[in-house]
Amino acid sequence: MKTRYSFGGDEHIFVECDEEMSLEAFFKGMSITSALREAKIKGVTEICPANASFQVRFDPDVISPDDMMAELKKLETVAQAAAPTLQTRIIEVPVLYNDPWTHETLMRFRERHQDPTSTDIEYTARINNLDGVDGFVKAHSGAPWFVSMVGFVAGLPFLYQMVDRKRQIQSPKYLRPRTDTPRLTVGHGGCFACIYSVRGAGGYQMFGITPMPIYDPNQTVPYLRDFMCLFSPGDIVKWKPIDREEYDHTVAEVDAGRWMPRIAPVSFSLSEFQKDIDGTNARIMEALNGH
Amino acid sequence: MAINVIKPGLSTTVQDLGRPGYYHIGIPTSGGMDTLSLAAANLLVGNAAGDAVLEAVFLGPELEFTADATVAVTGADMPPKVDGEERAGWTAFKVKKGQVLSFGFLKAGARAYIAVSGGIDVPVVLGSRSTYTLGALGGFKGRKLEAGDTLPVGARAGAAEGRSLPETLRRKPGMPAELRMLPGLYWHRITEAAGKNFFEDTWKVAPEADRIGYRFKAGRPLEFVARDQPFGAGSDPSNIVDACYPYGSVQVPGGTEPIVLHRDAVSGGGYFMLGTVVSADMDLIGQLQPHTPTRFVKVTMEQALQARHDRKAVLDAITAALV
Repeated sequence: MKTRYSFGGDEHIFVECDEEMSLEAFFKGMSITSALREAKIKGVTEICPANASFQVRFDPDVISPDDMMAELKKLETVAQAAAPTLQTRIIEVPVLYNDPWTHETLMRFRERHQDPTSTDIEYTARINNLDGVDGFVKAHSGAPWFVSMVGFVAGLPFLYQMVDRKRQIQSPKYLRPRTDTPRLTVGHGGCFACIYSVRGAGGYQMFGITPMPIYDPNQTVPYLRDFMCLFSPGDIVKWKPIDREEYDHTVAEVDAGRWMPRIAPVSFSLSEFQKDIDGTNARIMEALNGH
Repeated sequence: MAINVIKPGLSTTVQDLGRPGYYHIGIPTSGGMDTLSLAAANLLVGNAAGDAVLEAVFLGPELEFTADATVAVTGADMPPKVDGEERAGWTAFKVKKGQVLSFGFLKAGARAYIAVSGGIDVPVVLGSRSTYTLGALGGFKGRKLEAGDTLPVGARAGAAEGRSLPETLRRKPGMPAELRMLPGLYWHRITEAAGKNFFEDTWKVAPEADRIGYRFKAGRPLEFVARDQPFGAGSDPSNIVDACYPYGSVQVPGGTEPIVLHRDAVSGGGYFMLGTVVSADMDLIGQLQPHTPTRFVKVTMEQALQARHDRKAVLDAITAALV
């Protein structure tokens, strides 16, 4: 894993922790960006962690680009000494897989897909050697996922599956992006899942929909009153398959301002995870289920 | 004081100097695409440089004033009219209670900035009044203006009529437009010949050019350096593991049509970028019409900082001329 630094014009430094995605690369970025936040360097205006990289925006009238670069390289050394642990939270996200709304949309854009004769979920199940839709849902919702980046549009989480690499679900993006995606679609591209926070264009495969709002610019949803975006990098997500009845009930409860997501605090250690993936995931699930 | 929107124009939004600080969760800075023109319009009417104005693209709105105000229109050459009578651009003029401000056809540039004494007084959201339409955030109800909207305007006595910004301080893109770019980011993904072609070719602004980004076409496709795609990146050679996109960064999906991200940028994604347009030239992009011939000009960091310094000097001169 070799860190690569580059200027993004006169206001950004782009740092690639690794070319390929891994939790190790994500944690390296988290450690350096955390150290940078604590260092409170004058002239730093935005710190944006991403999957296997991160970006810093700075004001070159306050700190010169070369000095900013030198500070970051110093922090990389400091951050490497830190233990890759995280005090975070696990959030349960209900999902209606194979829902009618993403189905209608994926049929509308079928000619832009690799396999026009099946649905996104059937196609992805097949290319990942999973046993149809049921086998897919089991694999998708069986283990927790790590929020490795928030962005693209407001509050949209990218999620990384917390299983052995050979068990990770992978799928290509659409051949040509769609011009429409329902709000709160659960999507997938490369090795990443996402939740579309707003309606709009998109290229990820569409597997289902959650009734749980994750972005509310008006801040009327009770759990989004403190801040309009739910997710931060480092959050852990557990998908919970639900049926249509529970979906409709949840939507009604959300609209009435009564529904609250299940969220629990949890600690995460990368070295513990590397040693025992299933054991770590079981402990995380216990935190959610209150044992 | 308020403004009644009779006709909204093509895509008129409330903008100020933007809301930095939330890019890490996907909320871009937004704000005027041509901030020099935005600041000039405000200063002409006696506002603070960063007050909220209307940004109108290609086609101006029709606005009825419910009280007297001072107005200035800068940026694109789109002649303002008061009750049908033309007024000069880059110059403060009065609009009386009941009068209607409208616009003639666009002659040059792309975005006009309409400042009203007192500023457009929509609520401040996350530190700014700017509209981010993709996230339905800020501005007037998080969207572009529609007929029938009533815009609140702050209370402030406007500057005197007739105040004008000297022609020499009105910065405009050249022909062809030249955008200075610092190569970097994933520049190593394309071949040396492709890199040379990229700067040699004259590109044209594509119709898909908006506040999120400006797309360019008509240059030669870029050839990639062969590699096995890294895990998680996706199969196309232009794909990377989804990463942050700097403002002004130039991504080239599929190696065919470069897109320069602007104030409403998507904050990240899975396409490689070959460099970043310098901060000093971001304002110019906001004034490019579709089909405008455009060249990317390779610069060093030293030249980028000099360009930044020069732009700041223009802003200082505008401020000195009007305050």
